Amino acid sequence: MAQITLSNLAHTYAPSGEQESDFALKTLNHVWHEGGAYALLGPSGCGKTTLLNIISGLIMPSHGRVLFDGTDVTDLPAEKRNIAQVFQFPVVYDTMSVRENLTFPLKNRGLAGAQIQARVALIAEMIGLEDILDQKARGLTADAKQKISLGRGMVRESVNAILLDEPLTVIDPQLKWELRTQLKSLHRELGHTMIYVTHDQVEALTFADTVVMMHEGRVLQMGTPESLFETPKHTFVGHFIGSPGMNFLDASIEGNHAVINGQHVPLGANYRNPCGHTQIGIRPEYVQFTADGGLPVVVRHIEDLGHRRIVHAELERSPISVSVPEGCPFDATMTQVRFIPEKINVFVDSWRVEGGAF
Amino acid sequence: MSLELQGVSQVVDGQLHIAPTDLVLEKGTMNVLLGPTSSGKTSLMRLMAGLDKPSTGRILSSGTDVTNQRVQLRNVAMVYQEFINYPGMTVFDNIASPLRLKGQSKVDIDRTVRTTAEMLKLTSILQRRPLELSGGQQQRCALARALVKGAELVLLDEPLANLDYKLREELRAEIPRIFEQAGSIFVYATTEPEEALLLGGNTATLWEGQVTQFGSTLSVYRHPESLTTARVFSDPPMNFIAVGKAADALSFNDGATVHVHDQWAGLPDGKYTLGFRAHHINIGLSEAAGSEFQAAQLRCTVVAIEATGSETFLRLRYGDAIWVAITPGLKKMAVGDSVNVWLDVTQLYFFDEAGCLVSCGDSVV
Repeated sequence: MAQITLSNLAHTYAPSGEQESDFALKTLNHVWHEGGAYALLGPSGCGKTTLLNIISGLIMPSHGRVLFDGTDVTDLPAEKRNIAQVFQFPVVYDTMSVRENLTFPLKNRGLAGAQIQARVALIAEMIGLEDILDQKARGLTADAKQKISLGRGMVRESVNAILLDEPLTVIDPQLKWELRTQLKSLHRELGHTMIYVTHDQVEALTFADTVVMMHEGRVLQMGTPESLFETPKHTFVGHFIGSPGMNFLDASIEGNHAVINGQHVPLGANYRNPCGHTQIGIRPEYVQFTADGGLPVVVRHIEDLGHRRIVHAELERSPISVSVPEGCPFDATMTQVRFIPEKINVFVDSWRVEGGAF
Repeated sequence: MSLELQGVSQVVDGQLHIAPTDLVLEKGTMNVLLGPTSSGKTSLMRLMAGLDKPSTGRILSSGTDVTNQRVQLRNVAMVYQEFINYPGMTVFDNIASPLRLKGQSKVDIDRTVRTTAEMLKLTSILQRRPLELSGGQQQRCALARALVKGAELVLLDEPLANLDYKLREELRAEIPRIFEQAGSIFVYATTEPEEALLLGGNTATLWEGQVTQFGSTLSVYRHPESLTTARVFSDPPMNFIAVGKAADALSFNDGATVHVHDQWAGLPDGKYTLGFRAHHINIGLSEAAGSEFQAAQLRCTVVAIEATGSETFLRLRYGDAIWVAITPGLKKMAVGDSVNVWLDVTQLYFFDEAGCLVSCGDSVV
C-alpha cells in the first residue's frame, strides 16, 4: 500500500485546451495517506472518474504528476502500477469456481501454493464466501458475484491501492448493508489505501474517513463526513450532502443576527457585516416547528418516510424542508419554524464564512 | 378507469414467473411494485401492458376483458430504466410524437408540449437532441412523452435507477405531483423501500413472483402481514430474533428476559420471531431513561460502525443474529465493543412460526 501524492495535477481532454472551462479536472494538490479510506463523491461529469483513471494509469494527465510513496508513476501504464480495481459490474470468470476466481491474481504473480491457499481462505472468510468456494461462479446472484470481484481486488497483499468505481450500484438496497460492512472490515483488517468513487452520498459517507467532494472538475471540500454535513465549505456541498440537502435562504447578515425580510434570526456566532450575496444555510434536521415566536411558513406537502416526515414548506417564497422525527408532534397549528442558532452556516457568494466571538 | 387482474399468472418453460395474482388499480392512483431484483416486477408490468399474455386469469380494463387485446389497441405508456427517446428528433418532436400519431392539430400539439415541458423543466432545451442532454434531462423527456400520450395506464419500470442520487431525489419528489394531475393509473417499479415511501400512494410488495401484500404504502410499511413483506419493505433490513413468550415474560435465546409490556397481554404464550426496525433500537440511554422509555434492554457486540455525519449506523451482533441500528449524531465506540441497547417495546412486530404477523406496534392483530 502506498501514499498517493497528486502534484499540480490537472486534466483537459481538449488537445490545446488552456482555458479553465476546458479542464475536466482543475489543478489540485493533495497527499492521500497510506492506508486511508477515501471517497470521491460528486454528480455525473464532476471529474471523479477522470481522477480515478489518472491514478490507475488509464488516463495520462495533461498537467502535473502522480506519485506513489514519493516515486513518480505518471508515465507508468496501468499494469505497472500494482493496483487492484473493482468495477460497477462484477468481473468474474463464469466457468471457474469461486476459489479459482480468487486464486487467479495470485497464481499470475507466481506465489507458492500454500501461501495462496492461506490468503484465499482468509479473504473468503472475511467476505462471507467460504461456503461457496467450490461452486462455479456461473449462476450465482449479482451480490455474490460482486463479492468475488471485491475479494479478487483484496487478495493481493502487496498492491499500492485498491480503486473501487461505483462497486455497489447493481446491488439491491438491503444487500448493500452487508457488503458495506464487509468492505469496511476488509479495509480495517488489511489496511490498504482505498479510493471509492460514487455519486451516492450514503456510500461515500459510510465508507470513507475522508470524503473528497467534487463539482465541475474542482474539489470543493475534503473532510470527514461530519464536517461535510455540519460545515459545508460551499453551498453545493450543503445541497449535495444530506437528504434533502441543506436549506439556503437569502439574508442580510448583521453581526450575530441574520435578517430575512425584516425578521431577525439569531446566529451562533458573530459574522460582522459581510459584503456580497449573503445566505444562511440550515439543515432540515435543525429546523423545528413551533407554535409561536418563529418565522412564518406555508406548508406545501408532507412526505412520510416512516421513521421521519419531510415537510416541504415555503418561507418568504423560498422553499424550505423540515425533517420531523417519528413521534415528534406536528400539526396544522404549527405555522412557524425556528432554527438552532449554532447549526446555522453563513455563506457569502456561495462560500462558507467562519463566525467569530460575539 | 380501473385495471383489474383476476388470477393472473405467468409460467415460462415450466417455471412460475408470476403466481396467480388479484389486484385492482384505480384511476388517478400511484401504485408501487416493490421487490428485489428478479422478484417479478417487470414481468407483472408486461402482463398489465399486454406485452405478454398471462398463462391463466383475466385482465379487465374498466370492466372490459382486454386479456387478448393487442398492446397497440390498449391505451398504455411505458418508461424504462434506460433513457429511450428518438435520437434524431429534438426534445420538442420527441414529446410531440404521440400527439402527431393521434393526428392532433398543430396548435393543440404546441400547447400540450409546452405545458408538459414546463412541468418537467424542459422548456429551455426543447430544440436540443436527446444525446446532447444529461441523463436526468433525457429521462425527463421520456417521462414527458409518456405524459402527453394521455394513456390510461402508465408503467414506469425503475425510471430513476440510472440517475445520480441527487437527481433521483429531485425527480422522485416531482413525479407524484406531476402524475396526480394527469389522472391515469400509474404503476412504478422499484427495488428501494425508501423510494416507495417517498412516492406514497399504494404499494404491492413482490417476492419470488408473488404479490405478498397490497395496500396504502404506509399501511403496508407499518403493518407487514408476513415476515416476507417485512423483509421486502425495510431498508435497512428489519432486525429479527427468536423469542418465547410465557405469562408476562419474553425470553431471548441467551437467557435474557424482559417484562412484557401491558399491550402484549393478549398475545398467547408461545414461540415468535420478533421484528423491529433499525430506528427503534436505542443506544447509550441511562438505566433510568431506558425504563421510562419502556424499553427492553439487551447486550450486543458492535460488528461495524458507519457514520454519515448526521447519523451513526451500527451493525450489532446478538447471539447468532446481526442487527442494524440507526442512531442520531456521532457515537464514539469501536468494533468489538459491548453495548447496551434498548428496544422500543411500542414498536415491535411479533410473527408466528408460519411467518404471519400476530401483533405489531400497539395492538394485537
